[in-house]
Amino acid sequence: MIDLSHIEKIYDSAAGPVHALKDISLHINKGEIYGIIGLSGAGKSTLVRCINLLERPTKGTVTIEGKNITAMNNSELREARKGIGMIFQHFNLLSTSTVFDNIAFPLQLSNTPKDAINSRVTELLDMVGLSDKADQYPSQLSGGQKQRVGIARALASNPHILLCDEATSALDPQTTKSILQLIKDINRKLKLTVVVITHEMQVIKEICDKVAVIDKGVIAEQGDVLDVFITPQQPITKDFISVLLSNELPVDFRNIEIKDEPFEDSILLMRLTFIGETANDPIISSLVKKYDVSADLFFGSLDDIKGAPFGRLIIGLDGSQDDIHSAMDYLREQKVKMEVIGYVSRHASSHH
Amino acid sequence: MSADMLPLITKALGETVYMVAVSMIISSLLGIPLGVLLHTTSKGQILECLPINRVVGAIVNAIRSIPFIILMVAIIPLTRLIVGSAIGTTAAMVPLVLASVPFIGRQVETSLREIPYGIVEAAQSMGATPLQIIRKVFLPEAMPNIVAQLTTVIISLIGESAMAGAIGGGGLGDLAIRYGYQRFRPDIMIATVIVLIIMVQIVQFAGNKLAKHLDKR
Ligand SMILES: Nc1ncnc2c1ncn2[C@@H]1O[C@H](COP(=O)(O)OP(=O)(O)OP(=O)(O)O)[C@@H](O)[C@H]1O
Ligand SMILES: [Mg+2]
Repeated sequence: MIDLSHIEKIYDSAAGPVHALKDISLHINKGEIYGIIGLSGAGKSTLVRCINLLERPTKGTVTIEGKNITAMNNSELREARKGIGMIFQHFNLLSTSTVFDNIAFPLQLSNTPKDAINSRVTELLDMVGLSDKADQYPSQLSGGQKQRVGIARALASNPHILLCDEATSALDPQTTKSILQLIKDINRKLKLTVVVITHEMQVIKEICDKVAVIDKGVIAEQGDVLDVFITPQQPITKDFISVLLSNELPVDFRNIEIKDEPFEDSILLMRLTFIGETANDPIISSLVKKYDVSADLFFGSLDDIKGAPFGRLIIGLDGSQDDIHSAMDYLREQKVKMEVIGYVSRHASSHH
Repeated sequence: MSADMLPLITKALGETVYMVAVSMIISSLLGIPLGVLLHTTSKGQILECLPINRVVGAIVNAIRSIPFIILMVAIIPLTRLIVGSAIGTTAAMVPLVLASVPFIGRQVETSLREIPYGIVEAAQSMGATPLQIIRKVFLPEAMPNIVAQLTTVIISLIGESAMAGAIGGGGLGDLAIRYGYQRFRPDIMIATVIVLIIMVQIVQFAGNKLAKHLDKR
């Protein structure tokens, strides 16, 4: 659907050339919500703007639905852009046009007849829940409402792709949720391919199927959101995830010694991550039933990633070494990710 | 106040309104596109073309640096060429237009520059042509500002038309100089000044109202 191949972007600035993107290749499938996350200045905006050539890559090709758009002339490119909607952090609405006229704008560009515009805009207003605001001006709307107008406008000419550059970064958390929900809904309903640029893992977690982590102009890591959340490879990915899912140990264990080897009166501390269905299975209770071990629960959380349950536990296993090892083997057989933290003193945790 | 005053003032007022209105229309028709050209050909803009931008900019600056009274006299041959005569209300409009066009051009350029580039990019992302961006983004978005600026231009045109009048163009300036000054008629002088003040007030008031009405920000 969207193929970026060896994209490179060098800006000439007064202070010398800025290498904003370095040999980036990405493949985005039809119907996917693809997240691109990175720190400020990583090159996210540059990358997404290379998809509709608002920014022309210095090198590389952009292929959309099989057509190489980097080779198109201006008028072909303008036609191609009508199939790619885009929404922006600061909405970029026409301040002197009403909500209705803002949404009608792309249709007017292609000389759509008036009654066709009317019915399409009415339909879009309904879809984004702004039917009662048609005659208002952007300055009379809240940020969330402005972004809804932006979304309606981007969808007006029935694009197959929606590009979102920090679409929720100017909004409060609650409004962010509702806008993300809207994006998710239209992705499903219209089979739209969506590219989401963000610096917040929360956004990725909420709606994306795939994610690419971009760092200083290169893709540090990419893959299915669940995989990346469960087994992040790069430090930068771990950092992003840790904002959402803290890897800190419970208070009781922070200032005590954690050893690699068992010792007198020690328990084995481990972190378990459950994904999807298994998050609801009573794995721990069957574990203590099956093996002669006891399991103390020190921390537990249940989250969800794009609708899939995602549970995390920190437990302490107590028992003979043999029993502990068989218990670990059992855990490995389950669809559970297990990380051994180490051995700590049984008495470390005061309330256990 | 004497009986001859009213017809004198009405006639002069008519000439001034005619001079200002016609020069204003012609200047806007030339000045607004000039402003668009100055803005869109500048660096990073949709029709970036620095050679054109620099040359046109230099010409605009050159004309703008000539005081109106000198410009008026200096272009007499040009005026004669265009209108056939260098004297009269119509002839006075040539320097008025020539002085206003670069003025409007710069003013319009300034208002266009205030439009956030993001809006232009949004239009580009929807496949707008440069001409569509000019017609449907630049001009409507800048219109409240442009109206406010054109109001200022009208007011300076009223002043300049009085100067043009003084060298044979007719209008209120001509009346004030010929009667008020040369024939020692303080009543006519005062009446002319009052009419000018009222005119400027009306223009400013109407301009403000219209600009405010258009401004949805
Ligand atoms: N027009 C430009 N001219 C020169 N350098 C630029 C330009 N646009 C971006 N850059 C540089 O390219 C790099 C990537 O910028 P980009 O805007 O893509 O980052 P970003 O990941 O979107 O950051 P943010 O989260 O702050 O929006 C930065 O170093 C930036 O300074
Ligand atoms: Mg950015």
